[in-house]
Amino acid sequence: MSLQRPDDFETRRGHLKELTDEELQARFWALTREIVAPLEELARTHTTPSIERSVALRMGFSSVEAEALVAGLFEHGLGGRGIGRMILNLMQSRGCTAREAGLALITTQCWEEAAKGGSHAPATK
Amino acid sequence: MRLQPNEKLSLREILRDLDKYRPRRCGWTWRKPLEPGRRLGPFEFRECSEPLAASVPLPAAKYFDNIDPQPDCVITTEIASGRFEDDIRRMRMAAWHGADHIMVIRTAGQSHFDGLIEGTPEGVGGVPITRKQIRATRKALDAIEDEVGRPINFHSYVSGLAGPEIAVLFVEEGVNGAHQDAQYNVLYRNINMVRSYVDAAEAKRIMAHGGILQIDGAHNANATARQAWKVMPELLVQHAINCAFSRLAGMPPESIALSTVPPTAPPAPKLFLDLPYAVALRDLFPRYKMRAQMNTRYMESDLDEATVTHVLDTLVSRLTSADIQSTITPDEGRNVPWHYNNVRAVNAAKQTLVGLDGLRTFVKLDRGGPLGRIVRELKERAVLFLEEIRDRGYFRAIEDGHFVDSGFYPERAGDGISRPLDGGVGAGTVVARAADYVAPVCAHFGDNHLPEGLEKPCDCIGGCTLCDPSKIVYIDELDPEDNVEVRLARAEAHGPEEIRPEVEWAGDGVVVLNLMFPEEERVAKAAAMKLAEKMGLLDPLVIHTRVMHPAEGTYVELKGIFPGAIRRDELVLEKEIERLKDSEIEEFVRTHQVKAVAATVGNDEHSVGLREIIDIKHGGLEKFGFKCTYLGTSVPLEKVLDAAVETGAQVILISTIITHNDIHRICMRKLHNLAVEKGIREGRLLIAGGTQVTDEMARECGMDAGFGRGTKGHDVASFIVKSLSGRA
Repeated sequence: MSLQRPDDFETRRGHLKELTDEELQARFWALTREIVAPLEELARTHTTPSIERSVALRMGFSSVEAEALVAGLFEHGLGGRGIGRMILNLMQSRGCTAREAGLALITTQCWEEAAKGGSHAPATK
Repeated sequence: MRLQPNEKLSLREILRDLDKYRPRRCGWTWRKPLEPGRRLGPFEFRECSEPLAASVPLPAAKYFDNIDPQPDCVITTEIASGRFEDDIRRMRMAAWHGADHIMVIRTAGQSHFDGLIEGTPEGVGGVPITRKQIRATRKALDAIEDEVGRPINFHSYVSGLAGPEIAVLFVEEGVNGAHQDAQYNVLYRNINMVRSYVDAAEAKRIMAHGGILQIDGAHNANATARQAWKVMPELLVQHAINCAFSRLAGMPPESIALSTVPPTAPPAPKLFLDLPYAVALRDLFPRYKMRAQMNTRYMESDLDEATVTHVLDTLVSRLTSADIQSTITPDEGRNVPWHYNNVRAVNAAKQTLVGLDGLRTFVKLDRGGPLGRIVRELKERAVLFLEEIRDRGYFRAIEDGHFVDSGFYPERAGDGISRPLDGGVGAGTVVARAADYVAPVCAHFGDNHLPEGLEKPCDCIGGCTLCDPSKIVYIDELDPEDNVEVRLARAEAHGPEEIRPEVEWAGDGVVVLNLMFPEEERVAKAAAMKLAEKMGLLDPLVIHTRVMHPAEGTYVELKGIFPGAIRRDELVLEKEIERLKDSEIEEFVRTHQVKAVAATVGNDEHSVGLREIIDIKHGGLEKFGFKCTYLGTSVPLEKVLDAAVETGAQVILISTIITHNDIHRICMRKLHNLAVEKGIREGRLLIAGGTQVTDEMARECGMDAGFGRGTKGHDVASFIVKSLSGRA
């Protein structure tokens, strides 16, 4: 059961009463920014199957191919490195295009090969 | 593809070569304001935009030079038939009435589908949003916007589990607006909160790349809460959280629209409750766009009640501001919207907005009194709400059921929506990005360890689909049974010679009966069902009742399916009246000195219609040179005939509006009989007009012609000249 509480607005508002409208407005937005900052940090440092499929779509795969690629990525525990990393690694090791690398992952399940490369790549943005 | 106003949209044409279709633009389009000082008909407008090239104006426009002023704000209609091929026809109708934001509702369940859907399967309460459906719709909208002469914004939903993918799809395919609100997913779709926020940042970044206008989902709090007016402090907070998070994801404020609904409806004191909230919202979010939505929380099956509430909602928009005025069909409280109700809702918004044009020139909000005090209180309550979330942490606040509580914050009723951190759809699917995580594409949010020295992230793969659309892979259909081709073949089997009524899908056969039984409600409902059975309607259902008096009567609306079809070749069409050229009429009237007497007959005081037929200023008979003698209203029939003899008029015009006890027919017959008795019928034209008069009825009653609603002086003049010259 969630919290139940009578309307104690008059006692709670003590510290807001004297604020000007501008100050109240600034407080409204400062609090909001404080609340969402950890959410941004979470999003910046994490990924999901949908994000990875959206990356695969932008790399030129169909939704059906993206589904197969990302299912394989997560099944092999490689979600955190990203579908982009797997494909770039294969492109490098095989000297092929992104599309060829992705189709190889779908048809031959060469995830081990894809996972090998790239881990030494410089982590720069 | 070019549309002709007298031809139906060709679905075959729309479906042709969709694999090669590319959208003509990306991003959102606002209306162009009317140039200052520009008049429409006799009027100057202050809050209107450029008129359309083709449209259906409001019914009363015929009294105002047929002008169709378009309000300054974009007008939304929500379309959800479940079949995109029917949606497209509805979009064209709505566009002709002034909608330029077409929001396509998704099929039930798509928000929990972890991935994209392809092809054109049929939906429930909406359509499955797929690449083919979007292309076909956008291609149709291209043709429709060319026809009406104004860009149309196409809109759907970037929410649910597949947000980032749908955002990519929308940018690739030129979708112009979309809902995106991570909190909405958590509270109303039970999507895991961690998944929802991580996905949302990526989706928002992609949407920002394509210039898609975002609409948030905060208004759902007052569609859900038991006492919608009490969640106002929270609504301010929900909007703020989505706005701030969207900004961090890279979205500019002008691409973020707040979906805001006046929370109450009469019999609550609506304006007193809703206006301070609307003012507080606009104070706190000055840089953001306002998408004013209509109230749905208190909609019942009464279409008139819903429309009046929506008119009051629109009044709130005009007293404050709205960049987008959304509409809700008045039947949404009783069924999936029907297409003529989309048009009805768009008309209600247009009529209200145009009718209130310039309101703020005369009326200013008085913030010195209770309004200012209530606005301040709402803001303080919202700040207190934020303080409590900040202290607990956002996710913890959701777990504790902090949101959508029906208490007026800081009051808590303990009935908020609670979601567990590790629960919900998609829980456990979020992973931390590794040190070598990379996404070699544009519009990606967050840590991305790309190779050094790139100009664009996608350079290392030779371009992404956002930069090079030729890389997009189009899938036509995946299901051989459930697709548009199969449905089209079924529909075409009826052939164009069969006509069926419809409200939702092509030829669905649904008809509505409006009935009044002098009986109490239960008897009236049963009587309506029996009547439907006797009429042979299938699946009858009472969709609305309204007690007139507990014993004296009940109004009933009933829907049912008319099982048959009407054949085109069995129809008798009304004759189209061919108008003669002005010069031809003038020449004949001058050389033959045509005279007319005119009067409203019987005990009937209506004069406007007849004056319009004869007066020079309305382009009436006098304009063509007819000598007209107007005798006034409530004129006895004998007097009309006497005047015709005295003035030597060849033409007698009578107007008869009242139809009580068939008095209009009686007057027509009597006029003819009297003229025969007096021996003056020969060589004279007797013409009757009135709102309930038809040509057929008038001829049956001895007249030479009858003219009904919408007749112009030109029509009557053409008939007179054709008759007198022996060409009729």
